[in-house]
Amino acid sequence: MLTFSLAFASILMLHAGLKPGDNAVDFSLKNVDGTTVSLSDYSDQKGVIVVFTCNPCPFAKAYEQRIIQLHKKYAPEGYPVVAINPNDDQVSPEDTFDKMEARSLESGFPFPYLKDATQEVYQAYGATRTPHIYLLENKGGTFKVAYIGAIDDNAMDASAVSNRYLEDAINSLRAGNQPNPATTKAVGCTIKTRN
Amino acid sequence: MKQYLIILLLLWLGSVPAVAQDIPEIDRADLARITGQANDTTYVVNFWATWCSPCVKEIGYFEELHREYGASGVSVILVNLDFPNQVDSRVIPFLKERNITAPVMLMTDLQYNEWIDLVDPGWSGAIPATLIYKNAERVFLEQELTREALYDNLHQIHN
Repeated sequence: MLTFSLAFASILMLHAGLKPGDNAVDFSLKNVDGTTVSLSDYSDQKGVIVVFTCNPCPFAKAYEQRIIQLHKKYAPEGYPVVAINPNDDQVSPEDTFDKMEARSLESGFPFPYLKDATQEVYQAYGATRTPHIYLLENKGGTFKVAYIGAIDDNAMDASAVSNRYLEDAINSLRAGNQPNPATTKAVGCTIKTRN
Repeated sequence: MKQYLIILLLLWLGSVPAVAQDIPEIDRADLARITGQANDTTYVVNFWATWCSPCVKEIGYFEELHREYGASGVSVILVNLDFPNQVDSRVIPFLKERNITAPVMLMTDLQYNEWIDLVDPGWSGAIPATLIYKNAERVFLEQELTREALYDNLHQIHN
């Protein structure tokens, strides 16, 4: 009975994912450089910009340069990017570890690009699409979810953006405020799973 | 000479598009109307893009449904979410190749956060996604549909 309730509870949790204000879920995933990267490695940072993204999705591609720029701008301020690829590479052959490594080298990712090989991390976070952003804030050693959603409001054209949701959220945290909005939605590619 | 003319004729026929579909551009006000019509028609509104492989897999079922039910109170609308600058290079050739005759509309409003909830508050924004509704009866599906699932859901609303 207890096992049943626990299993049921975990299914509910998987479905719900994280909300702003929740404690972030730690992860330990393999990076394209062969090392293992954990959220807890960032305990000396003010926050982490977790980006669920992938190789082939046109929205992920459209945002690739913007994500690199965000890291270059905010890593020195204590908010580095950690990119996580959640796709099953049997369903999405462009997302194998080798192809992730190639993309990282080609595009010169200045941040880790981790493979969520068991797909447990994206489910724990509740990510549904790529790219999907989780901005985490380090509150006295515990990472809390501060903002979930889109980077900005124009995927097609970076020069035509009018709302920089993610940057606004980071700036709110730096000013000691909670982001508003704390969540946004965007069209994106589904996360590829075997069912 | 006769042979030459026949070849010319074949070339000319080959260049005529199988479908010459106009793709109207819509904004969030149009989308609100499309997803909130109050009449006796059952609307099947599918959100898709040429780059979305599960969308491409299921689009034939929507075309089939349009051909089968288009004259009997079901209106299929394919809302395209390719970037507006890729309509000529990607969307139109795709529709011709697949012989899609169901109406396609291009969503030009890229401020997704401003209209996703308008379609359904439960929609995260991932595609494919499909809304089937008639007046206040609504089913929203954020998933790839099999032919069976599409027809089963249609029949829940359209009977």
